[in-house]
Amino acid sequence: MSVEFIVEALVKIGLVLVINLTTVAYLVLAERKISAFIQNRLGPNRVGPWGLFQSFADIGKLFFKEDIVPSAANKFVHTLAPLISITVAMSTFAVVPFGNTFAFNGHDYKLMIGDVNIGILFILAMTSLGVYGITLSGWASNNKYSLLGGLRASAQMISYELSMGLSVIGVVMIAGSLQLDKIVIKQGEYLWGVIPAWNIVLQPIGFITFLIASFAETNRLPFDLPEAEPELVGGYHTEYSGMKFGLFFLAEYANMITASAVIVTLYLGGWQFPFVERFALPALAVTLLQMGAFAVKVALLLFFFMVVRWTIPRFRYDQLMSLGWKVMIPLALGNIIVTGFFLLFH
Amino acid sequence: MTFALAVFCVLAAISVVSAVLMIVQRNPVNSALYLILNFFSLAALYLTLKAQFIAIVQVLVYAGAIMVLFLFVIMLLNLGDDKRLREHLGPKAYIAIGLVVALLGELVFIFSKSRADSVVALAPNAGQMGTVEFLGQVLYTKFLFPFEMTSFLLLAAIVGAVVLAKKKLQQ
Repeated sequence: MSVEFIVEALVKIGLVLVINLTTVAYLVLAERKISAFIQNRLGPNRVGPWGLFQSFADIGKLFFKEDIVPSAANKFVHTLAPLISITVAMSTFAVVPFGNTFAFNGHDYKLMIGDVNIGILFILAMTSLGVYGITLSGWASNNKYSLLGGLRASAQMISYELSMGLSVIGVVMIAGSLQLDKIVIKQGEYLWGVIPAWNIVLQPIGFITFLIASFAETNRLPFDLPEAEPELVGGYHTEYSGMKFGLFFLAEYANMITASAVIVTLYLGGWQFPFVERFALPALAVTLLQMGAFAVKVALLLFFFMVVRWTIPRFRYDQLMSLGWKVMIPLALGNIIVTGFFLLFH
Repeated sequence: MTFALAVFCVLAAISVVSAVLMIVQRNPVNSALYLILNFFSLAALYLTLKAQFIAIVQVLVYAGAIMVLFLFVIMLLNLGDDKRLREHLGPKAYIAIGLVVALLGELVFIFSKSRADSVVALAPNAGQMGTVEFLGQVLYTKFLFPFEMTSFLLLAAIVGAVVLAKKKLQQ
């Protein structure tokens, strides 16, 4: 393990963290602007031009608020839970490639933090750990609404993890690897020489089940039952205030970014920019175009996440469970069988 | 002391301490949390042995799925008063202590007999053996029969669970 390796990894981690956190700040603003647009309002427009500095004002407010821990709460777990949430939300990005391998000064730089052999399993493991933050916060607050929110979260996330894992298998079968880098490179091929062989074309059912499962895993509407305001006050974060609440808020948006990046990587071609290799462009321009393509795809998916939140009402709990177990899992299983037969006879 | 040995010592210490704390804790949620910490340190130990797949499966299955269900059950039962959990062991406690001392003595004896150089070094191709591709190949050729039998066992368990759940509904 050389010093260069460690420095390279640290630089990449720092860049990804800074970009992610800045994006989170502007996502909050974007969400408020989009909701305002959908509901025919103006949205925040007082802090800075077009309300551009609203998020920083919000963060400042959260930092200066008093941190209240209920006297009957388990103080250690109450503090630990938001930390788990934000750690898990941020660390999933470690295996997502945001650009092709880039040669510079005779050294190949991979534009991802860790190119591990078990990339997809790492993502699934991290999403499955995300339950702890919510469940523990619900339990530690010693409040019945929080506990209900925590219980709902664990039941919901376990149910949808299954269909998430099953829908990925189709992608793995096509690429023949669990490495996200290889999955993206495989999507650089073309069907009949014209259609980019993105997995959304090859795996439309897998894409839909994975997308729905991602909504459930990030606790976004229409699956935000763990924090359903009209029934549970605020669900698992009812008893949180100040920056601890802010961490949950941050984790929700960081989770959205990670979920979008994973969907883009698995189904929408990752950093692939179709047909870019058919023009003789300099290597640097190609890399920048590919990174731009990745960012644009992620941004479009984030926009989709937000539009869905402000258009579709919340599911009832039994509807959520029957959708997860009786529709999503059979669909994902069928998708695996069809993919298997297709690969066998093709 | 090499870097690898230092990492091993730290991880081993965490896993042993968390295992002991898991048993000693009165509060079931704290016990569960220490067990999760123990799983993580074990997963990291597997990583030092270059067994990536086993490490991530340890996190995915044990920490990510099984322990979540444990926590779920603990929270649903909400065992309010921790003191009522105290078991009355009586003479059983002394027998247990004696057995623990005997086992510890045996382990110390065996380790003092074995030479330091008899510890098997990491095989040079360990990095390849830990990958998903290699494990999949072995599972579907050499160990195909036990693998398929395990899936039958799991199917039987699922059917059993469904039957039990249905029975409760009819009552």
